[in-house]
Amino acid sequence: MKGESTICKLKFKNIPTHIILILVSLLSIFPFIWLLSTSLKGAGENIFAYPPTIIPKDFTWANYTGVWQRVNLMRYFINSMIVAGATVVLNLILSSLAGYPLARMEFKGKKIVFFAILATIMVPFQAIMLPVYLITLKLHLVDSVNDTMGFIGLVMPFAVSAFGIFLMRQAFLSIPREMEEAAIVDGCNVFQVFWKVLLPMVKPTLAVLAIFTFIGSWGEFLWPSIVLTKETMYTLPVGVNNLQGMFSSNWRFIAAGSIISTIPIIIFFLAMQKYFISGENEGAVKG
Amino acid sequence: MNLKCIIKSLLRQKSKLDSIVLKCHTKPMFKYYGKMAPFLFLLPAGIVLFIFFFIPFFQTISLSFFDYSNNIYEPIFNGMSNYLAILHNPVFYKVMWNTLLYLIVAVPFLATFPLFLAILINQKIRGVTLYKILIYLPVIVSIVVAAIAFKWLYAQEGILNYFMQQFHLPVIGWLTDPGYAIYSVIIVTIWKGIGYYMMIYLAALMSVPKELYEACDIDGANFWTKHLTVTVPHIMPTIALVTTISSISAMKIFAEIYVMTKGGPLNSTKTIVYYIYEKAFENLDLGYASAMAVILLVIVMVFSLINIFVFERGKYNL
Repeated sequence: MKGESTICKLKFKNIPTHIILILVSLLSIFPFIWLLSTSLKGAGENIFAYPPTIIPKDFTWANYTGVWQRVNLMRYFINSMIVAGATVVLNLILSSLAGYPLARMEFKGKKIVFFAILATIMVPFQAIMLPVYLITLKLHLVDSVNDTMGFIGLVMPFAVSAFGIFLMRQAFLSIPREMEEAAIVDGCNVFQVFWKVLLPMVKPTLAVLAIFTFIGSWGEFLWPSIVLTKETMYTLPVGVNNLQGMFSSNWRFIAAGSIISTIPIIIFFLAMQKYFISGENEGAVKG
Repeated sequence: MNLKCIIKSLLRQKSKLDSIVLKCHTKPMFKYYGKMAPFLFLLPAGIVLFIFFFIPFFQTISLSFFDYSNNIYEPIFNGMSNYLAILHNPVFYKVMWNTLLYLIVAVPFLATFPLFLAILINQKIRGVTLYKILIYLPVIVSIVVAAIAFKWLYAQEGILNYFMQQFHLPVIGWLTDPGYAIYSVIIVTIWKGIGYYMMIYLAALMSVPKELYEACDIDGANFWTKHLTVTVPHIMPTIALVTTISSISAMKIFAEIYVMTKGGPLNSTKTIVYYIYEKAFENLDLGYASAMAVILLVIVMVFSLINIFVFERGKYNL
């Protein structure tokens, strides 16, 4: 009997915790639920009805097909994939290249380089975005020249980050020096040591950097909304924001478009959830 | 209580360990690379940072001394007048006040509530992973979609005002009333940040020694005393870190404003970054915008310096 009572006690003790966590979870997803609900309501149902109904009475997919036909969401999705993909690849290459000498080599001016990179963390992009735009214009990296240049312009300002460089540097620091020494004794040169010995050993860190760079790039809104001029070049966030202008008060369409645009990133999140919620990679998303 | 002694001795041991680890890392090894090798490795990142960071950084400062308002192609050097004009501009003070409101409302909430949630979730209970996924979801989803979702909740005849009526509260113009709009926008920022800071706290909680909690349980301490005497002192550095990070991101708010209110009504939701954007890309007043950017830069740098040199030393091995 004693065992039973402790089980009851334990369960009772956890109930307030569960209530709070369920409430917060509901608040976290409620805005999406309400958007989803609106997107599934047909023309026969007043979306401003009081009391509001979560389960649509006049259920329809028409808003989805409607917004899919009128707006090139697939194009926005592909653009976002190109931009995020290129940003990830460049960040992986540039950050690991730059992180290696900072972790392992002694050279003149190392301190200066180190603090110069550290300084970039302190300056928000928002404060220097205007000259960045002027330079991008001067280099013709805009979509009015051609699409390829437009993509390069979207990617280059975020091709490397101090966060990534320091992350890779930390990873290289944790590798025992004996690994390199053995490789050099075996006749590798410095680039082979980097490429064949060290890089494979920091794969887990590369994965973390790739995932968080991807999320950051995927959600980026300010820079694309500054540089983009052509609708066919829009990334998903810019395209979704544009839905507001296109369907001024048609909330069914705006909601459907927003939900469609969110599906890919939710799938990505669920597939990669261990990287986000394991608690080991804290503080990585916002950079 | 000798809890403090235990914590202190643990911290001392940790710092000893850290210094040993540091010594191992700085042990020199024989040189196997040429003189140019480090620079070749640094070159690609260096070029990108030079073009898209260092040049713009100095150009922001130099642009702020020029007047572009008459002719965008022939700026006139005007010394500090942009700064003086800003100091006489009532909208600038409104914008700074809005940013300050962000700091006063959002930062304390984001520094405390996610900690509370992290403590709750850090127990051995069912469904932890599901809770984490749901609470983290707003962090992952694009801010544009989040802002649109909230705009829909905030609609004049929307669902939030329905709940207000149910509780016999006045119907509010969430985004149209200058008195409320800024708070409605702040709520979106808070809502999107909770999961992010909760994960930071969860990681920090892992480092709190379990023995300390056991000692508390033996003493019969309740939830609040337990966490106020053990958890909070132990993760004070993380609380401070969250405070500075959330302050910095509060000063960079843009997308919420752009999507939901465009700074209105009556500038009541205009933040500093949105104002810079408006001056630079809509009014094409490049000098004025740059002077404000320099002001933003100085404020953020102060916070970042504190952050880097006080809280994140370990991350950069300073």
